[in-house]
Amino acid sequence: MIPRYQVYLFSFLLLASLAMGAALWHLRERAHQRLLVGQDSAPTSAPAVAPAEQAALLVANDTDGSILTQLHSLPLPADPGARARAVLGKLLDLYAAPNAAHPVPGGASSVVQVFLLPAPEIAGAAPAAGKPKSADSRTVVILPRESRSVIAGSPTQDAQQTGPLLAVVNLTGKFAAGHPSGIETEMLTVLSICGTLRANLPRVTQVRFLVDGQQRATLAGHVDLTRTYLTDDLLTAEEVHP
Amino acid sequence: MRWTKFAFTVLVVAPLAGVLALAQPAPPAPQARFVVVLDAAHGGDDTGGRLANGQLEKSFTLAISVRLRSLLTARGIQVVTTRDSDVTVEPDKRAEISNHAAAHACLSLHATQSGSGVYLFASSLAPADPARFPAWKTAQAAWVTRSIKLAGVLNAALLNAGMSVTLSRTSVSAMDSMACPAVAVEIAPEQNAKHETIAGLDNQDYQARVAAALAAALLEWRTEARQP
Repeated sequence: MIPRYQVYLFSFLLLASLAMGAALWHLRERAHQRLLVGQDSAPTSAPAVAPAEQAALLVANDTDGSILTQLHSLPLPADPGARARAVLGKLLDLYAAPNAAHPVPGGASSVVQVFLLPAPEIAGAAPAAGKPKSADSRTVVILPRESRSVIAGSPTQDAQQTGPLLAVVNLTGKFAAGHPSGIETEMLTVLSICGTLRANLPRVTQVRFLVDGQQRATLAGHVDLTRTYLTDDLLTAEEVHP
Repeated sequence: MRWTKFAFTVLVVAPLAGVLALAQPAPPAPQARFVVVLDAAHGGDDTGGRLANGQLEKSFTLAISVRLRSLLTARGIQVVTTRDSDVTVEPDKRAEISNHAAAHACLSLHATQSGSGVYLFASSLAPADPARFPAWKTAQAAWVTRSIKLAGVLNAALLNAGMSVTLSRTSVSAMDSMACPAVAVEIAPEQNAKHETIAGLDNQDYQARVAAALAAALLEWRTEARQP
């Protein structure tokens, strides 16, 4: 037999719990309404649609180990960092397409961000390309000089903004994890990214890579990603194909 | 009179003995042993790439390393390997082993499922003059010129064996710290002109041909190294 005072006590506590729950729900709704009132979601400016421009993409080919320039028309933002991200996104979209000559999964979303910083003076940085000469070698111009002026960065009067730039390319971990393993295939990806940046932003002379915002030893087990790659040596490359 | 005999000995006999000793032909200096470092890439937790038929790159590189070591040892070449079993070896440790061996040639062995034939990579570091205390990460810079020459000798031997070869430069951390003529050898399946695979990486005959060509190249390199 439950004593009467315990029944009253239980009823009182149950009612108090329900009342407090209702009060909390009411406070939450009020806070939500207050938040919505403070936000003006109405568009204040029309979205800027960048005009389509020609971008020079240095596209790798696993079959013959070549990197050749392709011109693509795509909308490019005025901001150099966003511009760099847009061209690299297009390049990686080509690699993610079915039957790509250099298949790498991931696509445009693999480039999280491209930071452009004043290039520091460095010693011992690795040239991004440059192949040993051979009697049988044929020269492949992977970056025609005329394409270098197709898309120049926004002109500015600021002397600091006319100097050489270091591009820091932040890739996703998913892209690195899904990249095919091998020195040749990894090097082709790195070279094509460096070359594409150089072709579209001629002031980019150095390139560094991050993966998910962190430094990573290699792209997919081989090519060093801790190094600064110089783009100056990207104009020509020789390759041997007997 | 004892001091007179002593003076006679010092002044006459000792110079005569010295002249006679100089007149004798010097014994030939022992020829330095030709040392090759074979670096089977990956191993242990680092499996490397996944090749056809489920084969792992670490297993393939070890198999090629063992095969090549046998061929070289049989020809009187001293071989130092960075690993002889499925163990993890850090890139710095690989370079340490190579540098301790004071090798005449260092081959870093890799494999890939993409592309075709054999890829030879020298370091992409800019050539630099030898320094007494070279920086660890760019120790290869002083050897790049020799590494490119070694790549040329390997290229000639592989071409002679009828293989497709691609010469290139790359940046691989272990190789960039090696103080020896160093080349990364990446072996891909053999394909014909229509890009059809005619010999996969698991093909024993293909492995044997690649190893034999590399051994022939290293013999040639030894001959060149011994020329004055």
